[in-house]
Amino acid sequence: MFLNILKLSKFIAFVLGITFIIYGCKPKGIQSSVGGDAVKAYVPPGKYDEFYNFVSGGFSGQMSVYGLPSGRLFRVIPVFSVDPEKGYGYSEETKPMLNTSHGSVPWDDLHHIALSQTDGVHDGRWAFGNANNTPRIARIDLKTFRTIEIIEIPNSAGNHSSPFITENSEYVVAGTRFSVPIGDKLDVPISSYKENFKGTLSFIGLDKQTGKMNISFQILLPGVNFDLARAGKGKSHGWFFFSCYNSERANTLLEVNASQKDKDFILCVNWKKAEEYLKAGKGNKKSVKYAHNSYDEQKHMANSVIENEVIVLDPKDCPDMVYFMPCPKSPHGCDTDPTGEYIVGSGKLAAMIPVFSFTKIQAAIASKNYEGDYEGIPVLKYDAVLHGEVKKPGLGPLHTEFDGNGNAYTSFFVSSEIVKWRISDLQVLDRVPTYYSIGHLCIPGGPTKKPWGKYVIAYNKITKDRYLPTGPELTQSAQLYSIDGEKMKLLLDFPTIGEPHYAEAIPAELISKNSVKIYKLEENKNPYASLGEKTAKVERKGNEVHVYMTSIRSHFVPDNIEGVKLGDVVYFHVTNLEQDWDVPHGFAVKGANNAELLIMPGETQTLLWKPERIGVFPMYCTDFCSALHQEMQGYIRVSSAGSNLPISFSTGKKDPEPTKSL
Amino acid sequence: MKSKVLNAIALLMVFGILAISCSGGVQKDQKPIDVQELTKNQPEVHGTEVKDGEITFASPLNAEWVKSGQNTYDLKCLACHKLTEEKLVGPGWAGVTKKRNPTWILNMITNVDMMLDTDPEAQKLLEQCLVRMPNQNISKEEARQVIEFMRKNDGEM
Ligand SMILES: [Cu+2]
Repeated sequence: MFLNILKLSKFIAFVLGITFIIYGCKPKGIQSSVGGDAVKAYVPPGKYDEFYNFVSGGFSGQMSVYGLPSGRLFRVIPVFSVDPEKGYGYSEETKPMLNTSHGSVPWDDLHHIALSQTDGVHDGRWAFGNANNTPRIARIDLKTFRTIEIIEIPNSAGNHSSPFITENSEYVVAGTRFSVPIGDKLDVPISSYKENFKGTLSFIGLDKQTGKMNISFQILLPGVNFDLARAGKGKSHGWFFFSCYNSERANTLLEVNASQKDKDFILCVNWKKAEEYLKAGKGNKKSVKYAHNSYDEQKHMANSVIENEVIVLDPKDCPDMVYFMPCPKSPHGCDTDPTGEYIVGSGKLAAMIPVFSFTKIQAAIASKNYEGDYEGIPVLKYDAVLHGEVKKPGLGPLHTEFDGNGNAYTSFFVSSEIVKWRISDLQVLDRVPTYYSIGHLCIPGGPTKKPWGKYVIAYNKITKDRYLPTGPELTQSAQLYSIDGEKMKLLLDFPTIGEPHYAEAIPAELISKNSVKIYKLEENKNPYASLGEKTAKVERKGNEVHVYMTSIRSHFVPDNIEGVKLGDVVYFHVTNLEQDWDVPHGFAVKGANNAELLIMPGETQTLLWKPERIGVFPMYCTDFCSALHQEMQGYIRVSSAGSNLPISFSTGKKDPEPTKSL
Repeated sequence: MKSKVLNAIALLMVFGILAISCSGGVQKDQKPIDVQELTKNQPEVHGTEVKDGEITFASPLNAEWVKSGQNTYDLKCLACHKLTEEKLVGPGWAGVTKKRNPTWILNMITNVDMMLDTDPEAQKLLEQCLVRMPNQNISKEEARQVIEFMRKNDGEM
């Protein structure tokens, strides 16, 4: 004890020493400057963060939500993968969310995030994510942090250049990464790629009020691989830009065969023009099959509909709608700056960054300044549309975001760094190393007209030597840097789920003020809801047994159920009667070949259970809810198939005693 | 071990102060937003404290209130409160309008956190029941109707 006090006092003296040094705001030497920077990421216990960071979960299929600057993980939102923790994809209400034209697809690869915008700035209403593998786009409601809509994309494969968004959320897009045979001729030799494989871009319209998605049109394109995209903004509003690689249209060993040409393309789409052609009836109706799933937040229930038609615009019938712009070596990012004037390309295999000018693109189109055509689509002259090139910025430029002060920040995969450069004169201003192999980066509001700047976050692919080892696989990670000074400064490393691919960040106030705390029981429209314990009951319908059950701290009604027989299919419809924030109840049954339910206050969810043996099975609440949480339990008895035992149920039934009347 | 924790706390506290004192040079001229305050201002049906004299009783009972009071009871109260003297999760309601004054009951329904934090009688009940009565998002008007239903339950006409 004495020793401890001695140590502590020594330590305090030491801290005071540092305090004195830093207090003067003149960091000297590494030790003090590191301490001084790290403190900017420190959010004291009980204090809120400044930004929400929505990060894609890559191959986990989920979206994760972190606080900035602390890097604290707040929530994992299940989107394209089942999540037994929350019952997503397991409860009867959420199963339809994962339906596709291929049947239920319980996993996907979520790569990019787009947040809804109004007038070119984030409005905090919805987040969108793409499924890469079985092409889909999801919409997440930021009032509830729930996935409320998923639309499958027909005529598409590897939905990678997606879900980028226009400045008033008119459209989110879905560009196919893999070109594939589409239409009637599907069974073709792979070697006939050049003749038979096509690429499509899908424009998904959003309802202004509800955000409801609907595929407005697709554009049919040559069989290149679309990579990323950005909408124009401000002066370039009405245009969309898509990077593409494999203009060689190779179908094997792409690492060599898709790197033959010195330049690939950025495709410029005049979507206002496309709308005109659509109105003029230039689109062709194609019969397709795709699922459209939506979650009703009053019924707490998803519904899946199979749609069977899509309208396709062919550039052959629609002149002046699309143009190719040459871009060096397998472009990845094509990012528009906050003014909408500059489009920054970045060739993964290039050692410079080309910056295009929207004004010059318009001039080149007006004067038909083409260097030829690609499969009938005009190719603009590189020199005519180029604002300039950032020379020797680093190796492997991937993605660029902006701070709103005329500066751009580009991630470099091969040289593992972020490079800051000025858009006007293309001068490199600063660079910092990342640990390691950065993919995308994120600046709060970076893709919008008005970035908040302040931080840049790197999403890295490799973390060896940054964290304690955990077997052959290490956590993936993000790194937070401050950008509000002249120099970028590393503040924090934080681990992430899945593969953090792309992310967006938004001021906390835009979201937290609208956050839903409970589902109101009065608004619960689930057809299986029990509104009040009096309505709880068990009903047999043929071999189906429906348990209408309520939960509240600290019991279920009913909690004793008998009369279930082997061969029955039991539906537990559980309504959580709580009306208090942060009091979910869980529900689990022994031996259920399913997950648990996690039911929010005022919500109804249904678990399907097919008992496969005779006996008495316990059920209980999984979410610690009160001092009597452990008492929150019940039994269900399963009898033989031939049993005559009628259905009976109760809670709190005691041995008979005279009941007091009212 | 303990001293390490203390050290860490001391270090963080010092850095906390530094963050404030040293940030002036690099911060943009942004007003700091108190997100904490923002979430508190969300519309949530938490009553403000009701004072004595704000509720009055009249006879005969308001039949409409009794009916809507019972509906609220069925939906949000019955799970924990019986209409007899029997305690379930919470105390039974028989006799409650004789035992407690109406202001107390109303605050208990609409303002439960305040009551559990400050009122000795409410705290006694918590010790017996061991479950904090949840806020069930009941408005003042609805709570008044519930009290009318309680009066009916206690035999008033
Ligand atoms: Cu519970």
